[in-house]
Amino acid sequence: MIFTIARKELKSLFASPMGWVILALLQFVFGTFFLIGIDQYFQTMSGMIRPEQRMGVTEFVGHNVFSIASFVMLFAVPLLSMRLISEERRQQTLTFLFSAPLSLTEIVLGKFVGLVSFLTIVIFLMAAMMSSLNLWSDLDFGYIFANVLGLWFLVASFSALGIYVSSLTHQPVVAGIITFVALFALLILDHFFAGDPSSTMAYLSLMRHFEPFSRGLLDSSDFVYFLLFIITFLTLTVRRLDADRLRG
Amino acid sequence: MNTVTVEASGLTRIYGGREAVSDVSFTLSKGEVLGFLGPNGAGKSTTMKMLTGNLAPSSGSVKICGIDMVENPKEAKALIGYLPESPPLYRELTVDEFLTVAARLHRVSRSHVKKAVQIVKERCGLTEMGKRLIENLSKGYQQRVGIAQAIIHNPMVVILDEPTVGLDPIQIRDIRALIKELGGEHSVILSTHILPEVEMICDHVQIIHKGQLVFNGSIDVLRQQRHGNKLLVGLHNPPASEELLKVPGVVSIDTLPNGLLRVRHAEGQAPAEALVQAAVNNGWGLHQINPDQTTLEEVFVQLTFQELAA
Repeated sequence: MIFTIARKELKSLFASPMGWVILALLQFVFGTFFLIGIDQYFQTMSGMIRPEQRMGVTEFVGHNVFSIASFVMLFAVPLLSMRLISEERRQQTLTFLFSAPLSLTEIVLGKFVGLVSFLTIVIFLMAAMMSSLNLWSDLDFGYIFANVLGLWFLVASFSALGIYVSSLTHQPVVAGIITFVALFALLILDHFFAGDPSSTMAYLSLMRHFEPFSRGLLDSSDFVYFLLFIITFLTLTVRRLDADRLRG
Repeated sequence: MNTVTVEASGLTRIYGGREAVSDVSFTLSKGEVLGFLGPNGAGKSTTMKMLTGNLAPSSGSVKICGIDMVENPKEAKALIGYLPESPPLYRELTVDEFLTVAARLHRVSRSHVKKAVQIVKERCGLTEMGKRLIENLSKGYQQRVGIAQAIIHNPMVVILDEPTVGLDPIQIRDIRALIKELGGEHSVILSTHILPEVEMICDHVQIIHKGQLVFNGSIDVLRQQRHGNKLLVGLHNPPASEELLKVPGVVSIDTLPNGLLRVRHAEGQAPAEALVQAAVNNGWGLHQINPDQTTLEEVFVQLTFQELAA
């Protein structure tokens, strides 16, 4: 059932130009940064004589691409997530899902899985682009894997928050803007509290938990953080939809 | 064939202290078509939302084939097909795609999905529309897709909220025939504010007014209420009332503001023929004679009054 809904969401995304345009634009941006990264790699490295100054191509280009990816996703995910529930509310199609023999959890998970699978396509294409460097160089696949995983968790968290905000309103645009602002705030939270590294507020920042991944470090506490973040917002969405049924 | 499919008891829904629906109870058996009548804002849609599990009742319970909607919503919902007031359609999908999603979500087995879509398209006259985007269909066809979506999984109970709104007369006729056909094997509940529609397709009628069930009974009772015992007569040279009262069967005469006369006659007697004869003989200039069909509002008034008196 979850996958039926997820498939429907994917179909809806690709039925409108929206899905294709976002897919194309994201690839364009990532491709551009990939090329610039390679370009700069040669310029920079030709100036480095001593071995300790040298840097692997994976890390150099990868950092370039993945750091811009986390930033670009900040714009892309709200655009994709904003319609998920608010549009159904506006078109009054939620009744269709509510009347079907489905639990609310299945509905919300279905939508989440649908959106995340779309974003997985984006990330997969990015990973494929990075891996193409392997044709003339030896890549550090562990580093790429950590980055891809981190980025995946990051966009999944974005999606969970986006779906929750989308369930709060009838207006997709409002949902989009609120999601964007909320995500932006969560990302730069650790900048505000940069002076105090042990601050709890800074610990809540999404970026702070993405950073270890982007250095190639897999830390179980970051996994737990992202998982809790996703579960929290999906649960809130289920509660929000249940309130619809109770309050009308 | 007398299995109870829908059992609603004491359904109440309170919106901000106001009772939108209060204490509605009824049962429906297999093969029956139940008409839900009421003016706008009477609580028809609210009741239907509660029946389909879209809205939690403030108190009371709904049982579909013995399965409680609150306790086992999934199992109960699997037995229902529901078309809400505005058909819930994903406009960006084609008819085929949408119906396939509907079939899958309603647990039609994998191997039967294609067939189910085909059958339902034939039933609803959508065979040629399969590849079209729902967005581009006319309102009438969208309504049909909405109905198709509700009956695709062969539910025990079909609940249709104003299914004929926005259709042209031919489509209305088709849809009515379809509903009648559905009534053979499923139980159907439909809401409407068009009285003749109920007369045509329903076995049972419920009238809901300000959230209260004011009438619950067989269609025949309503039919009698509606046709009643009055004739509308238009005369160019109306005689004195006494003259008219002499016609056998006539009980009383009212003059309406538009110049027509409302002739009340005794139950079971139809003085139309005698009236026409008298009009011709005396040169009253008869130009119109009709059975005076009461409007829905009047039926409401009558039925509400009846309930109070009883």
